Parts: sequence; C-alpha cells; structure tokens
Amino acid sequence: MTTTMTLRAMSDALAANKVSSQELTQEHLQRLHADNLNCFITVADERAMEQARAADEMRQQGNAQALTGIPIAHKDIFCTDGLTTTCGSRMLANFTAPYNAHVVDLLDHAGVVTLGKTNMDEFAMGSSNENSHFGAVGNPWDAQRVPGGSSGGSAAAVAAGLVACATGTDTGGSIRQPAALCGITGLKPTYGRISRYGMIAFASSLDQAGPMTADAEDAALMLSAMAGFDSKDSTSAQRDDNWLRQIAEHGIADLDRPLTIGLPKEYYQDLAHGEAIEAVQRTLAEQGHKLVEVSLPHTHAAIPTYYVIAGAEASTNLSRYDGVRFGHRCEEPDSLDDLYRRSRSEGFGAEVKRRILTGTYTLSVGYFDAYYIKAQRIRRLISNDFNSAFADVDVLLTPTSPTPAFKKGQLSEDPVAMYQQDLYTVPTSLAGLPALSMPCGFVDGLPVGAQLIAPAFREDLLLGVAAQYQQHTDWHLQRPRGQRVSTEWLA
Amino acid sequence: MSDAKTSINIDHLANLARLNFEPEAAEHARQDLEKIIAMIDAMQAVDTDGIAPLSHPLDSSQRLRKDVATEVEQRDKFQANAPSTAEGYYLVPRVVD
Repeated sequence: MTTTMTLRAMSDALAANKVSSQELTQEHLQRLHADNLNCFITVADERAMEQARAADEMRQQGNAQALTGIPIAHKDIFCTDGLTTTCGSRMLANFTAPYNAHVVDLLDHAGVVTLGKTNMDEFAMGSSNENSHFGAVGNPWDAQRVPGGSSGGSAAAVAAGLVACATGTDTGGSIRQPAALCGITGLKPTYGRISRYGMIAFASSLDQAGPMTADAEDAALMLSAMAGFDSKDSTSAQRDDNWLRQIAEHGIADLDRPLTIGLPKEYYQDLAHGEAIEAVQRTLAEQGHKLVEVSLPHTHAAIPTYYVIAGAEASTNLSRYDGVRFGHRCEEPDSLDDLYRRSRSEGFGAEVKRRILTGTYTLSVGYFDAYYIKAQRIRRLISNDFNSAFADVDVLLTPTSPTPAFKKGQLSEDPVAMYQQDLYTVPTSLAGLPALSMPCGFVDGLPVGAQLIAPAFREDLLLGVAAQYQQHTDWHLQRPRGQRVSTEWLA
Repeated sequence: MSDAKTSINIDHLANLARLNFEPEAAEHARQDLEKIIAMIDAMQAVDTDGIAPLSHPLDSSQRLRKDVATEVEQRDKFQANAPSTAEGYYLVPRVVD
C-alpha cells in the first residue's frame, strides 16, 4: 500500500480481508517515522500495534464496525490515557494523561488505531502552527510555508498522506483554516455536538472537536463516531438526529431538494482567491442550487469580539497551570508565589502569555463591562445576523481564509495581523454554528478552501452540499507533487 | 476605551496573571497588548443598546446534575504527574513559618 487512500477505501479493504489492521498500521508507522514536516509530537508505535492486534481480533470475532482497525492520529490536545499529551506546550511536555478524552474513548471502542499525536499551536492559540513548543510544521505543498493552525499538524499529516484522518479542534477556525491551507476537508460541528471532556480547554464557550479528512464522506463517517451526548461535559447537546445514524451505515444521503445558498457580501471583499470561490458558486448553480446575496452586518466586529471572549476564557482556564499538581515546575522555588510565577513564565510561550494578558486586562475591575460584557452583547448581534440569514437561505458559502498559506515568519511578529487570518471563521464560532471547509482550487500552486455554514445541528446540509460538490470536482483528491488520493483500495 | 493606551500597566497585569517578564520582554508585551487593545476597541463603535449578553453560543443554560460523587479514587495515578509529592500530598514551598 503506497497510495494514499480514503478512510472508506481502507474500511472496505479491511471488511473484505484484503489487508489486516496490523499491516495497515505498520505501513502507516513507517510513513510517520519518515515525516520531515514535523507533523507529529508523539508517535505511539507499541500502543498502535497493540490496538491493531485487538482490532484484527474484533474483526475475526465478527464485532467490527466501519472504523475498526483504521489508523488515525489525534491532535495533541486530546487526553490519551498513558500517552504524553502536551497541547504543544512546554508546560505539559512531560504530562501523561491519566484518562481518555471522550472522543478518544469513543474511537478506541470503535476499534480505531491511534498512531500518534499531532503538532499544534500551543494551547491551540495560533493560526500558523508556529507557536508550538515542539517547532513549526511545514505545509506539504511548500515546506517553507505554514500549514495554518492551530490544528496544523493534523492538517499537514492528512495532506502529506501520512494518515487518512486526524482529529482537530476549532475555537475560532483551528480546523477550517488549516484544512483550507493544506487542501483537505475539515468539519467544525455545532457547539455541543462532540464532547469537550478531556479536550484541553482553551475557550470553553467556543471549543469544538471535529474531523480532518480527505473528503466529506470520510468526515461524515468520523462525525458519526465522534458525536454523541456525554454527561461529563455540561454543555454536551442531547440530540437524536436520525441522519447521523444513517450516515454511519449508508454514507451521506443525496440532498432531497435544491438548496438556497446565501453569499454574505461582507465575506467577499478584497479576496486573493475570488476566482476559485466564484467557480464553486458556478458549480453549485449548475447543480440546481439557488444562490442569493445576503448580509451579515456585524461581521466586521467579530474579530475584536472573539479576541475578547477567547482571551477572557483562556486566562481563566489557564490559571490551573500552577506547577503544583501537574505540568512544568521551576527549579528550587523560594516561595509558593515564586513557584507559581516562574513555573508559568517558563512553561508558557509568548502567544499564550499575550492571550492571558489580554484576558486579564479585559476582565479587570473597571473594564469588565466595557470589554467582556460588551463582547457578549455583540456576540448576540452576530448570532442574530446568522438567524436572520437562515430565515431565507439553507446554508452560506464563503471563503475559508483571506489568503492561501503564507510563509513561515511572515506574520509571526505581528499578532494583530495574524489574528486577521480568522476573519471568516470566528463569526461562526461565536454563534456556535457548524461549518465545513472543502478544497476548491489553487492560487499559485497553493490550495484554497471554501467554507459552508449551516444552522445549528444541520451538519447534514454541509455534508450533503460538500459531497455533491466533491462528486463533480477533484480538488479534494489532489495532493502535492502530482499525487492523488484514491477512493478505492489499491494494493 | 480611548484611554486604553495610557492605562496599560503591564506590571499590574503580570502580577494578576502570576507571570514574570524581564524588563525588555515586559516592554514588548506592553506594545503587543496596546496593539491588541486598539484592535479590540473597534467594538465600542457597535450599538448594543437593549441587547442582552450571550454567554452560551446557542443561548442554552448549563445542565445540572445530582450532587453525588461519581469519581473513583485514583490518587496514585493522578499524582504520578505531580512534580513533588509525599505520602499522598502535593508538596509546595513552606507557606507558614
């Protein structure tokens, strides 16, 4: 097996006994060890082979599910029992998670093999993966460029053909933007769709896990395995969506009618890749969908609002890192206060400290109403914008990011310029809505993405539109150096 | 907040956040924060009169559970990650003389 394949191709091959999980896993581990893009922080050889053996047994006993025996990778933000979980930080460089994230538990029980943990911006704070304590990640299309962030290692690993799927998390665009910059499909589900238990917290009212895959069909398969109510997450949604059950068995259903697709005019200004997104519009129109212009008038306020809310929640969440119970501790502290200060100052990187300071500032006495409460009021206006738009349209189509992959170092000295990368992804996060990024072309040899946004808990619409689009295009199958993803098993 | 630039006291903020900065790094952090606050201040132009704050993105409230212990005791496993422990306790520098 030298070709990159979809999850479904591997799933079918495993079901037909054309290959064993141990063979698949061995081959994947070899690829991971040859990776020169720094996609992985930890490769879990022994554990992976053990899981593969167990998966092969499950299959022999007739207990296999669609994902049983398939090797994937987890973003290093998900706690994995007995395996190092760093969150891209020196603070947690030696942290062995004592329990599994709910997502990890679900996938483990389905018989999925965990190959390792992918690189990421420290505590998921960044849009370029340059903020990792374990070094930057190269974009497979041009190693001098960033893969996006914060799930940069996951996106690069899928695009480089190291894995068919990696998990990611998205607080303000951390699944969608790297998916766009690496030319893969990334799904951020509705807030509450997937449990946050054991997913190291950045901004709790925004964080959401999701799959990063070659195409929408694989994303759907992963979603059906990752989603579900979890009593251990107090914001976990109790849903009973029939389509989610159907997807696991039958794949994505055809759309039952042509949709009305909104084009928010605020997202189409000064685009570097206008032609690619216009081509998506033409394809969708040819497929019978109706495209209409809509307005989301508070879009311009989304970045400031997001950075207030995310900073405030981050500064609160990261107060737990005190050098006492787990995480980095400084040498020879001379007092408890010295222990706190030096452990935190040594353990956190520059961007994390910026976010903590921003949150500390906006939550300070005298500023709380002017910043935090103000941001929460604008958050409602942004959410209302989407609600009004969805009264007239089924889904929205926008670019995923303002630019294709930029060069390493290009934006890293200017945090505010870096924050603008999140322009088209943060409004959806603030409103808790599901969104999907799919590859839609190239600009100067670099992939760009189109973003679909749906009302809450309507991931079926995103997946339906994306699957239909991907039946008529092959951007999602293209890989660097002329390689292609195969949707069929090629031994 | 038009007074944001003059009101950033990086030493005070660093103290609240329990972070240390060397003088040069403190100045760098102050300049970055100034830029971030200036960017954030664009919010102030948005009319939010009569708009209620939204804390949960889907405007739902948090589920409550019964006040019963569900965790099992795993002290040794959890303390395996601790930098310093003795007899089941976490050790820190002496607080009271």
